[in-house]
Amino acid sequence: MNSNDASQEKLRPVRNESGIDIQPLYTAEDVARSGGAAMVGLPGEYPFTRGIHPLMYRKQPWTMRQYTGFGKSSETNQRFHYLIANGQTGLNVAFDLPTQCGYDSDDPMAEGEVGRVGMAVDTLRDVEIAFEGIDLDKITVSLTINGAAAILIAMYLAMAEKRGYDTKTLRGTAQNDILKEFIGRGTWIYPVEPSIRLVGDTIEYCAQHAPKYSPVSVCGYHIRESGANPAQEMAYAFCIARAYADEVLRRGLPIDEFAGRLSFNFNIHGNLFEQVCKFRAARGLWAKIMKEQYGATRPGSMWMRMIAGGGGSGLTLEQPEVNIVRGAYYALISALSGAQTMALCCYDEAYTIPSEYAQRLSLRTMQILIEEMGLCDTVDALAGSYYVETLTNQMRSRMEEIMAEVDAGGGIVRQIADGTIQARVSAQAYKMQRDIESGAFRKVGVNCYRTEAASPDVVFHPYDEVAAQEQIESLNNVRATRDSAHVLSTLARVRDDARSGVNLMPAIMDAVKAYASVGEITRELVSVFGHCREPVRF
Amino acid sequence: MNDKTRRIRVVLAKPGLDGHDQGAKVVARALMDAGMEVIYTGLRQTPESVTRIALEEGADVIALSSMAGSHLPFCRKLKPLLEHEGLGDKLWIIGGKLPERDHDELRALGFKGVFPSGSRLDEIVNFVRTNVS
Repeated sequence: MNSNDASQEKLRPVRNESGIDIQPLYTAEDVARSGGAAMVGLPGEYPFTRGIHPLMYRKQPWTMRQYTGFGKSSETNQRFHYLIANGQTGLNVAFDLPTQCGYDSDDPMAEGEVGRVGMAVDTLRDVEIAFEGIDLDKITVSLTINGAAAILIAMYLAMAEKRGYDTKTLRGTAQNDILKEFIGRGTWIYPVEPSIRLVGDTIEYCAQHAPKYSPVSVCGYHIRESGANPAQEMAYAFCIARAYADEVLRRGLPIDEFAGRLSFNFNIHGNLFEQVCKFRAARGLWAKIMKEQYGATRPGSMWMRMIAGGGGSGLTLEQPEVNIVRGAYYALISALSGAQTMALCCYDEAYTIPSEYAQRLSLRTMQILIEEMGLCDTVDALAGSYYVETLTNQMRSRMEEIMAEVDAGGGIVRQIADGTIQARVSAQAYKMQRDIESGAFRKVGVNCYRTEAASPDVVFHPYDEVAAQEQIESLNNVRATRDSAHVLSTLARVRDDARSGVNLMPAIMDAVKAYASVGEITRELVSVFGHCREPVRF
Repeated sequence: MNDKTRRIRVVLAKPGLDGHDQGAKVVARALMDAGMEVIYTGLRQTPESVTRIALEEGADVIALSSMAGSHLPFCRKLKPLLEHEGLGDKLWIIGGKLPERDHDELRALGFKGVFPSGSRLDEIVNFVRTNVS
């Protein structure tokens, strides 16, 4: 075949998930045509496309924060110590569904669910046990909690205070992104409006009392897991982050007093270049939004700080051991993308709560990148590639288009409340499932390279009914020994403050310190706010 | 008595506190595309509410989607309620994160179709078509 034949050869068209057509070759002309190098800049400088810090990992590698939690808080505490002993540098707490949805372990709705997908928390006592022996100045803690976030943040701060930490210097993160729960994941409790108020209350309270704590981690992650493409993932997350910022601004707090503590949680599965460019593009876009639309002046207010590394829906049930390899690529993508924190999905995660073995493998995967592969030596190593810079520009344009579309449609809050975004995302999930089944979208081990050879067994994490019973007994024990009259008066204040509209955090802090339970505090709030009625639309 | 003009009615429910509804919504769309009528309940259904909705909607098919591991305790409670309301002759199916070791018990509980994650949409659609009498 001579070169002439090659140029006339009909090439398979390639379009990435975000809808951008990919060329076989890029040159400087493509960079110029897509917008040039204006947004590239330097790491640590506006618009931060190349990273939020000037030296990035050369100064300090990413925080390793595997997602963990199951059963009673004492069991979870043991796993925390195991992970820290194996080199983990942060904690990422999984709560069981009753805790996430605001039910106590003895509630009929909690039956069969206590401690199943995460740690059970009823009262401050459980949080005290979970973090026993862990130095909260050295190990930062991320709480994966949303509907019940105000209560769990209060418990965490109260626990730290009791142990003598100054909440003014305490670092850590709560997920606390309720709007995305309506799109995916589903642990909402109250209707949309009071839910946003609670997020605003936590941001405002932390700005004043725990200024180094990140009260919100806005999650594109679960929106992507629900079917959004990578550009939508970022665009919807930014729309949601703006909604929280608007809520706090309405209360009179200046943007620079809280924007620096907003953080993000993003997904990593899919095409490597699309993900890396997605993050580079998004960093620049978020900085521009904060500076130009919100008038932020502090660099920290413009930083898109993020956790990445997970992408459960990219993993497969088929040939689960192959997920170890996928996990390694996910870690590589996260490192090339400048993530502040990584939480890798474990290979057995499609089946069960990850085993100690699987979690150690994930830690080693990240440690290999740090120690052996040179990922921490140089900042934003892919910068300057014609392809990467072009695609970064194109991804930024896609995200801006999608954000404009949401704004034109009435804004993210309205479009989530009426189910528009959910319907759009689930229509895409359906199309993707059809494409996987037809083979149009290739997935190794699923629709190509299947094998009859047996995979090594995945060890299932057993559901411990005894532990669930013990959790209920320990809740009863707390109830029997606390000052009931005091609990009742703190709960009455929660209800009154919910009605009057003042910031709820001081009342919730008092209630958790009196050992009021998650379920009791939630019931007071529901009595004022009501329950969410899920909009179901197709 | 197979009335060809009547569309198959499927009540598709998310049991318990599990909020992962992507799979349920994908299956709902596949069943609708196949011409069936789907009543999707949304999240947080109890055994009692599933039974009530199935009864009110005149369901031919009662379908559950469970991703968080509590399918067995839920189905054990649901079975007598459905039977008590005379829904024992309807087609019961379940999909989601269902470990293989639980499949026999689910079938014994009356779930004729068990579709673990990774099942093909056409397989589910065809199963429903074939088994609704």
